[in-house]
Amino acid sequence: MADLTPERRQAYWARTSRLMWTIMVLWVIFSFIIPAFAVQLNTIKIFGFPLGFYFAAQGSLVFYVVACFWNASAQNKIDKEFGVAED
Amino acid sequence: MAGTTSKSFVDNLGKIYGVYAGGFIGFVIILAILEQMGVPNKIIGYCFVFLTIGVYAYIGIISRTSEISEYYVAGRVVPPFFNGMATGADWMSAASFISMAGGLYLGGYGGLGYVLGWTGGYVLVGILLAPYLRKFGQFTVPDFLGVRYEGNAARVCGVVVLFCASFTYIVAQCFGIGIITSRFLDIPFEIAIFVGLLGILVCSMLGGMRAVTWTQVAQYIILIVAYLIPVVWLSIKLFGNPIPELAYGQVLDQIGVLEKKLGILKPHAAAYVDAKGQFSWVEFNNFWALTLTLMVGTASLPHILMRYFTTPNVKDARTSVGWSIFFIFLLYFTAPAYAAFAKLEVYTNVIGQNVNALPAWVQNWSQVGGLLTIKDANGDGILQLSEFIINQDIIVLSMPEIAGLPYVISGLVAAGGLAAALSTADGLLLAIANALSHDIYYKMIDKTASTVRRLVVARVLLVVVAIIAAAVAGTRPSGIIQMVAWAFSLAAGGLFVPLVLGIWWKRTTAAGAIAGMVCGFGITLFYLVGTRYFGMTEWFGIRNIASALWGLPIAFVVTWVVSLMTQAPSKEMQEFVDSIRVPKGDLHWVAGQAHD
Repeated sequence: MADLTPERRQAYWARTSRLMWTIMVLWVIFSFIIPAFAVQLNTIKIFGFPLGFYFAAQGSLVFYVVACFWNASAQNKIDKEFGVAED
Repeated sequence: MAGTTSKSFVDNLGKIYGVYAGGFIGFVIILAILEQMGVPNKIIGYCFVFLTIGVYAYIGIISRTSEISEYYVAGRVVPPFFNGMATGADWMSAASFISMAGGLYLGGYGGLGYVLGWTGGYVLVGILLAPYLRKFGQFTVPDFLGVRYEGNAARVCGVVVLFCASFTYIVAQCFGIGIITSRFLDIPFEIAIFVGLLGILVCSMLGGMRAVTWTQVAQYIILIVAYLIPVVWLSIKLFGNPIPELAYGQVLDQIGVLEKKLGILKPHAAAYVDAKGQFSWVEFNNFWALTLTLMVGTASLPHILMRYFTTPNVKDARTSVGWSIFFIFLLYFTAPAYAAFAKLEVYTNVIGQNVNALPAWVQNWSQVGGLLTIKDANGDGILQLSEFIINQDIIVLSMPEIAGLPYVISGLVAAGGLAAALSTADGLLLAIANALSHDIYYKMIDKTASTVRRLVVARVLLVVVAIIAAAVAGTRPSGIIQMVAWAFSLAAGGLFVPLVLGIWWKRTTAAGAIAGMVCGFGITLFYLVGTRYFGMTEWFGIRNIASALWGLPIAFVVTWVVSLMTQAPSKEMQEFVDSIRVPKGDLHWVAGQAHD
């Protein structure tokens, strides 16, 4: 951290925060917004699954897995760009 | 592996656990052959329970250590992939393994709140907390509170919340262990709990986090194999499709048809309906409230957060969260399928049968503490749906027998459930004992204590807490899943806000954090105890498994307001927070803060 000027540090944290907010918004959509419409979605059926049920049982879970790996790789890129990745 | 973890051990982990998994599958096949040759079920049950506990004990004993950092954080050498597996076992407890599919069976769509809540929290862990706590690099979660909020007041608040949440949680695990051992060893529930207790202690006592880590990886392998095999088997048997997660769309269809035939008013897949099948706002609100509190609780439970203290660096902590949720996902995305298959089997093979011709499993399970009751109420000799009452805690364990699978599968599921309950109990026990021995004893009572003394204190506390937990579980305070959900609420109400704001909002002051913790935890506890034990009316119909719904916003507001009313944290403290936010470089400790 010693290598970072205050401006660079601020820029680094701004980028990190932006990534955080992006994923958090998607997290809210998959965790609360989609389930809120489960009754309406359930009228659509795919391979026997009512869609509202499907999202809560599988769809949102897939998003969580993707989001965690995505966060790790995106944050690693930011770290490298600012030269603060561990050796 | 004498006292420290060698590099060659870490390099060969893939090979070691590969051989282990192969050996376990071979063991299951041998027992399957023995069963066909006529070996009695009881012997098969004994083999599964004792041999798996024996393996955990062996790993626990060879991983014993006298090094402080090995004992508290497994020497910080655990690769992300294996830490993901260990977290999976640490995370998935008796509630996930034994009760969740049962909850889905009984609750239908309503049960999916647990599925969402117990997975989505990892997004919060990975983004908001894990990498920063790893950079902080001490031993426990209260450690962070003590340093960030400069003093023992915050540390003690942290320990109190940790203790209440983890203790509630561990009682539920002992309860689950009791159910399994009593059913498969054929001994009374109260004694079974203490047999299981030995299984917990052999893993954690000698080797602390190091032993628990390597045992948990072994336990994960067993629990996931045990969970997947029966469902895959049924899926092949009924639909010729080896992927149950795809096949159960058809099952949902068939259940729908049977529900109409049996006159069930509440369809399995219908969202937010009451018992009569009508849309209900109370159900709707409880669903999202439960999802939210379980997710936030995930990101507040110290036994999970401390798993990310064990990776070699910050980058690995992040990747490790990804692997954790992946390994957890494998079970969670199968659970709704498990529930659907079980429901189909019960509706087709149990309901409508002659009461006197019911198979032996009904007899066997009826004997385990009133978890299954069958009563021919109208005396017509045929079992009606309303005459068959099954507890959610035994659906998973009894499903192989209900579906007529060989007994070896039942034994396997029991071994899996035991692995799940033991691994979580170990993680929790360690979290409690470490907080008491490190944060209270070492940091506050005797800062000059020697290494040997610190480890002795840690081990004695471990045993004491375990015995008390088992004794409380013997009184059967509540169902597994309810107790676990309470633990999440308590942790969420007390710990989430000070941890997250401590990292993400530099302006958070010690006074603000402490006030927030006290109010958030206080309201959560008040609501839980009030509604559960003193007949208090529920606020807006929210059930007490989501108590933190009230504590969380209050914790946020109080922390925010009090922080702004008090003097901003010192420049030194702000630099310390800055240094936590960046992976590379040393921490900027605030002068006068002891650390090691």
